[in-house]
Amino acid sequence: MSDEIKKVNGIDEGFDEISEYFCDARPSPVSPSANRIVRNFQNWAQANSIFILGFGTGCGAIELRPLFTARYDVSRYGLFPRPTPRQSSLFIIGGYASIKTMKRIIRSYEQIQNPKFVMGLGSCTVNGGMYWDSYNTINRLDHYIPVDVYVAGCMPRPESLIAGFDRLKELIMEGKAEGANTYAENFDWYKNNQKKIIKNWNMPEYNW
Amino acid sequence: MMEVLKQAGYSLATLMVVMNYGLLLVGLVTIIVARVHGRIGPPIWQPYINILKTLSMRTALSHGIMFYLGPVFRIVGGIGLLFFMPVVYGSSWMQNFSFAGDVILVVYFVFFGMLGMALGAAESGHPYSAIGIMRGLAQNTAAELPFALALMALAAQHQTLSITDIVAAQQGGIAHWNMITNPVATLAGMLAFFGMMMHSPFDVHLAPQEIPIGPPTEFHSSYLALMQTNRSIFHAAKLILFMNLFFGGATSIFVMVVKTFALLMVVVFAGVVFPRYRVEQSIRWFIRIPLAVGILAVVISAWK
Repeated sequence: MSDEIKKVNGIDEGFDEISEYFCDARPSPVSPSANRIVRNFQNWAQANSIFILGFGTGCGAIELRPLFTARYDVSRYGLFPRPTPRQSSLFIIGGYASIKTMKRIIRSYEQIQNPKFVMGLGSCTVNGGMYWDSYNTINRLDHYIPVDVYVAGCMPRPESLIAGFDRLKELIMEGKAEGANTYAENFDWYKNNQKKIIKNWNMPEYNW
Repeated sequence: MMEVLKQAGYSLATLMVVMNYGLLLVGLVTIIVARVHGRIGPPIWQPYINILKTLSMRTALSHGIMFYLGPVFRIVGGIGLLFFMPVVYGSSWMQNFSFAGDVILVVYFVFFGMLGMALGAAESGHPYSAIGIMRGLAQNTAAELPFALALMALAAQHQTLSITDIVAAQQGGIAHWNMITNPVATLAGMLAFFGMMMHSPFDVHLAPQEIPIGPPTEFHSSYLALMQTNRSIFHAAKLILFMNLFFGGATSIFVMVVKTFALLMVVVFAGVVFPRYRVEQSIRWFIRIPLAVGILAVVISAWK
């Protein structure tokens, strides 16, 4: 393929025009506050105000909607939908993730600010579930982004999701939900895994 | 000089009171809307936790100087609006820096934050930010027209451009309020008030639930904390402004709270009952009835 055609299609080199909007700096781990009282206070605030970015990749996302209705109402636990990765802190992968969606998942995950938490919803995120031998879905989500809580089931009911949120809150309060730092520390391993499955890597190396 | 410093200290204290009042109002409105939906809703102190949480985010990035200044301009708009009008009339510490021409300044401050956000959101480079701010500016401009006309009618009625004088002219009972003495201007102002409070049915540019969440799409961490803080200050300041202009102002904090709360409930109840307007519908709505009422108010005040 000649250079001109590549630019017209916006693939590979075509990204130069908009690359100024992205920061290509590698993520670096940011450790939590050294002061125990401040750290616990920040963890408490993080646990009691969780902005959710729901990524409806698969059928599992159908179980996310009832959470915000009168029957389950997660807003009373301090969880709110916030449909922009910049502001949200909890990333919910709603079911099977095809390789095409993985690109979007990775980009959205990298745009979330530290600390960030990931919840894998449904068996498909754990081991592929009923799609385990599919040609275009991934099997284990935590090979590509760090996952804090898995909610297994096909499909998990909203009650199990609420139980998952409770578990996540416990982890945050204990200071164990450090997925963003794990990602930054093992950045090469994650990028290597991601590039193994995503053949046409036509996006910035690291997209803040 | 000492007087100015003293007043600055008092104004900062007023700002703290109004900010906390505004945060509680935001929390309460969320609960009321939830109850109308048949939900329980978050606790009333949830806005505080949200601000603490956004402040405790460990990373933040900037898209440039205007991106950084956008939320700053926004909060300057909110604080400026509050600082140039009396919060409690006759109180030495909640009088703020009100002066002879503050009606004009206040109109600028209502719009100032929005323009700052427009520059900040534009620099973030996110297309949804640009769409949100375009819708917001269009709708706010339409809502400002009847509001400006109502202000002109009030200024002509009382022969002054000072909010303190307008409040002073309304003292002495409900019969002196502009709501009674100038009902047409009050009607125009209150119709504009619906648009300026950014509640449903006029909140489509904020798009609180949709995929693009409007102008603040790219703002995060402490930028967002600043905007959340401003939301409460600006909210309360606009309520106080309308209370001062049309409903006799307040002579104590208690009266201020009762009047502004009642004013807010008008908007909130309208918001939970009526579905949202699209932007072109809301602009059409503003330049039909409210604008006509506003023009009528000015014509009547010129007649006298």
